[in-house]
Amino acid sequence: MGTVTAQAAPSLLRFATAGSVDDGKSTLVGRLLHDTKSILADAYEAVERVSRDRGLETADLALLTDGLRAEREQGITIDVAYRYFSTPHRTFILADCPGHVQYTRNTVTGASTADALVVLIDARYGVVEQTRRHLAVAGLLRVPHVIVAVNKIDLLEFAEAPFRTIAADVAAHAKALGLPDVHCVPVSALLGDNVAVRSAHTPWYTGPTVLELLETLPSIDQGADIQQAAFTGWRVPVQWVLRPQEAALSPEHREYRGYAGQVAEGVLRVGDAVTVLPSGQHSVIAGIDTATGELDSAHAGQSIAVRLADNVDVARGDWLVSSIDAPRVQKSFHAHVAWLTDRPLRPRDRVLVQHGSATVAAMIISIDGILDISLPGGTLDKSILPGHELGLNDIGVVQLQLASPLPIEDYGRHRRTGAFCLVDPQDGNTLGAGTARAIVPGTGEDSHVTI
Amino acid sequence: MRDPHMSNAVATGLNTLDALESEGIHILREAVGTARKPVLLFSGGKDSVVVLHLASKAFWPGRVPFELLHVDTGHNFDEVLDFRDRTVERLGLRLQVASVQDYIDDGRLRERPDGTRNPLQTVPLLDAIAEHKYDVVFGGARRDEEKARAKERVVSLRDEFGQWDPRNQRPELWNLYNPRHLPGQHVRVFPLSNWTELDVWRYIEREGIELPSLYYAHEREVFERDGMLLTPHPAVKIREGEATAVRSVRYRTVGDASCTGAVESTAASIDAVIAEVAATRITERGATRADDRLSEAAMEDRKKEGYF
Repeated sequence: MGTVTAQAAPSLLRFATAGSVDDGKSTLVGRLLHDTKSILADAYEAVERVSRDRGLETADLALLTDGLRAEREQGITIDVAYRYFSTPHRTFILADCPGHVQYTRNTVTGASTADALVVLIDARYGVVEQTRRHLAVAGLLRVPHVIVAVNKIDLLEFAEAPFRTIAADVAAHAKALGLPDVHCVPVSALLGDNVAVRSAHTPWYTGPTVLELLETLPSIDQGADIQQAAFTGWRVPVQWVLRPQEAALSPEHREYRGYAGQVAEGVLRVGDAVTVLPSGQHSVIAGIDTATGELDSAHAGQSIAVRLADNVDVARGDWLVSSIDAPRVQKSFHAHVAWLTDRPLRPRDRVLVQHGSATVAAMIISIDGILDISLPGGTLDKSILPGHELGLNDIGVVQLQLASPLPIEDYGRHRRTGAFCLVDPQDGNTLGAGTARAIVPGTGEDSHVTI
Repeated sequence: MRDPHMSNAVATGLNTLDALESEGIHILREAVGTARKPVLLFSGGKDSVVVLHLASKAFWPGRVPFELLHVDTGHNFDEVLDFRDRTVERLGLRLQVASVQDYIDDGRLRERPDGTRNPLQTVPLLDAIAEHKYDVVFGGARRDEEKARAKERVVSLRDEFGQWDPRNQRPELWNLYNPRHLPGQHVRVFPLSNWTELDVWRYIEREGIELPSLYYAHEREVFERDGMLLTPHPAVKIREGEATAVRSVRYRTVGDASCTGAVESTAASIDAVIAEVAATRITERGATRADDRLSEAAMEDRKKEGYF
């Protein structure tokens, strides 16, 4: 096993799996873990033992991911489970999102950090409502890559025609939702066809397996977000002001002042013109520091500290942004909101908006529409009455008014500065997920607007 | 559709360890940024050592801006306690110790029939959190350790009784962590949530992090009980029929001597340990923690009561 350390450092891919009940998602996850030799002997033996106790003939791989007592007792999966596995090429963080009960809550949670979303479809039934919902969430959250695993192809004698029909159906939905990169793969999770190993039963399919896709898709941590066309700016949320004074590790740093944060987007360089938001003050980057040394530049994903040339007022919650291409700060904006709690959201509700490292008070001005996934591509239904409320698992268009301005940007172009959470000001619980929209959706002639 | 075999080499990309380190630093800064009085649960075990290392990077060039708390079962290995104290001294930090022994001595806790003291840590831990008014409690737990942990959030809310409610967790979206809590509640924060045992070891190698010597293979007098190799200790009496022998062993986890087993190993260097961990077929806790073998939901039950 000496080769393990000798290899070049592997990259990291975060992905989520989504499927409806009984379409074999747990089996697919189990198959991926099993075929990449990621299930350790004692964990597998425990699954075999419990499966036997329940009178099953083969090990139920779904038991690997059902971690809570209630899940095992009820035979259901309640919450997102995180799994870790690796191949020689990559390490993977898998957010396994259960398909029922709080399906949108779970899928939104898993997809929010994902480079790729794997959506399961039962080949016998094709695209169903849950599939459309999962694809809509992928579109809403701008998940860069979608892999559609058309499962149970063995039950259709590995026939090509039904797969082609489903793939065409998926492509139509993907186009309507504006999904940039969708791959359909015919698989049998149960037997392993095209999951980690190419199937001999599908000679008509010459594309990659699910695992091959996962091993080769560009990931955000690898800088995939950097490649955005025509954007030369950068964004850093200030998490903490490093001002050690007498707590400095060495006397030379007693007067140090740096702004610590994780680069949200773009590449910043020493000498770049800086705008501090929301105050609008200007300065220049004097230095980019890490504990292990100074950098000439830093890119999305890196945790750094920025020193500025001028003594400007910067606090936790502010943003440092490139003066070229700096966003405007806003007090009123529209957003898609996925509502993730039982108590409905209503106009005039008071909430907190958590954006970057800032939290500000906000009020719901109006709820202008709700996503209707029964319509082609998943469209927003504008025909609802004003004052309608947003219930658990609903995705709607909401107008918000902020108590103080934030540099909120269009989520479609800026995944970090466009994302926010809605928080209950009383008990502090997370209520919903928001993605800001630069353009007011549904205005003008067309009352149905794709997300 | 694009060719999936296109090059994914991006000059500015982060490798796995870079990405995990940056995420851990982000979580630490975010939690400290909202905390009134944060603390790190520090045992001298490798995971808490890595969290402390991340904190020293996150808050450079200043000192780590929080104190450390160790819940001492009274049955810890001397090497680990020495290491703990040296580390605290080197970084100029303050260490609080909550002693399970004190609770047993004055009758607030009773020794269990099996002699295991791990489950007894919960009460002193919760008392220390209340006494010192900690509101953000960092720990080194990882989701790959155990099935119940796999479902826990990075920022995990605990109620007035320190309890975890797995069915009522906040959704954790993007990298926006929500540490808000009411008076009396606190949050546990796990910066290594997304790390595996192998990631931890590779990071220890890359950063040259010092660990207690127990983690590397050494000759030790051990005896076998319930399939585990235990070392004779005032807390671990050898029973009839159990015989000790000197073997080459190392520890994958360092906890209470009464329930933490060694594994047979010749991995005396970090390279050898990484190769061994990469090739292992047994989970870390399955190999070395008797208390996790008690039942299928042993960890979930302890966590619900307020355990780490």
